[in-house]
Amino acid sequence: MVISGVFIIVLFLVLGNAVSSLTGHFIPGSVIGMLLLFFSLAFKLVRPAWIRPVAEFLTGNMTVFFIPASLGIMEQWGLIRSGFIGWVGVTFISTLLVLVSTGLMQDFLIKTGNRLSKRRNGND
Amino acid sequence: MTDIVCNVPVMLALTLGAYLLGVWVKKKSGLSLLHPFLICIPVIAATLKFTGVPVSFYMESNRMIDFMLGPSVVSLGLLMYDHLETIKKHLVSILVSVFTGSVTGVGSVYALCRFFRLDGIFVKSMEAKSVTTPIAMDITASLGGNVSLAAVTVILCGFIGTVAGPMMIRMFHINTSVAKGLALGCCSHGLGTSKAIEMGAVEGAVSGLAIALMGVMTALVVPLFNMIFPINQ
Repeated sequence: MVISGVFIIVLFLVLGNAVSSLTGHFIPGSVIGMLLLFFSLAFKLVRPAWIRPVAEFLTGNMTVFFIPASLGIMEQWGLIRSGFIGWVGVTFISTLLVLVSTGLMQDFLIKTGNRLSKRRNGND
Repeated sequence: MTDIVCNVPVMLALTLGAYLLGVWVKKKSGLSLLHPFLICIPVIAATLKFTGVPVSFYMESNRMIDFMLGPSVVSLGLLMYDHLETIKKHLVSILVSVFTGSVTGVGSVYALCRFFRLDGIFVKSMEAKSVTTPIAMDITASLGGNVSLAAVTVILCGFIGTVAGPMMIRMFHINTSVAKGLALGCCSHGLGTSKAIEMGAVEGAVSGLAIALMGVMTALVVPLFNMIFPINQ
């Protein structure tokens, strides 16, 4: 039942957009829809099998979906050229900072957690 | 002549054909870094230039494909659900780490754009750069940034993390599988995840989860951050 899968996913997009517009578009509707879908699955309101074929098609082909909007870059080429070095520099440094900060924090939290549980077990 | 070229089905075929060409070239070349996007965007751009079809007409004709972005973001909810066990096991630490990464990303773009003297439009279009493209485009649109610039920046992030990521992970002694996967997914979304899958099953799964979580977290962090640090044009 492909159509029912499409219907459920579109329904969550509609819900997400509604919540987004009620909250002054603070978070994009699609992201709210994603969260609502996740919680509906976790609380068993929606069964994974209902949406899996459609959802996997959509998440597996995301590259295709953002091609049209990316072509807008042709009209913005002047903008990129005006700050090309800065654009590459900012993206490069910032990406590596995200990678290192996330990884080190997660590593630290896991190791601290392990040490704490080991100590607790040792005291028992 | 223009009647034959300048219509909606031709523009749709151009998008799909150029993408398939990109996938084919990637497969034939055997270069894992040669993302289909890198081939299809120049091919479409050249075709439009050559035939004289306006970019605006191309984008208008491809609305059908463009629309799929929203539902594909919603579908990431299933991807998150598939990692429910991992989420439950490491809930607090993963949320703290993703939050750290998100704030680092948004804050560093803000500070570095000032350092490189880039206009406000660059800040607005780059703050969501570590997030998967469709979410980044939505966040950028609500900020009033340039959606196309955001999409291209996100792809650039993907490459940087995929190429330099494994080296940085070794250099900074990031040891646990969960941390490696999370770091790659948070900085380089889908492209990072493909690298994480090469490293191991846990890395791959956590990295996939990181895409969704980083999207949600950044969607929250960006507007809050800009309330405290407004972007001046």
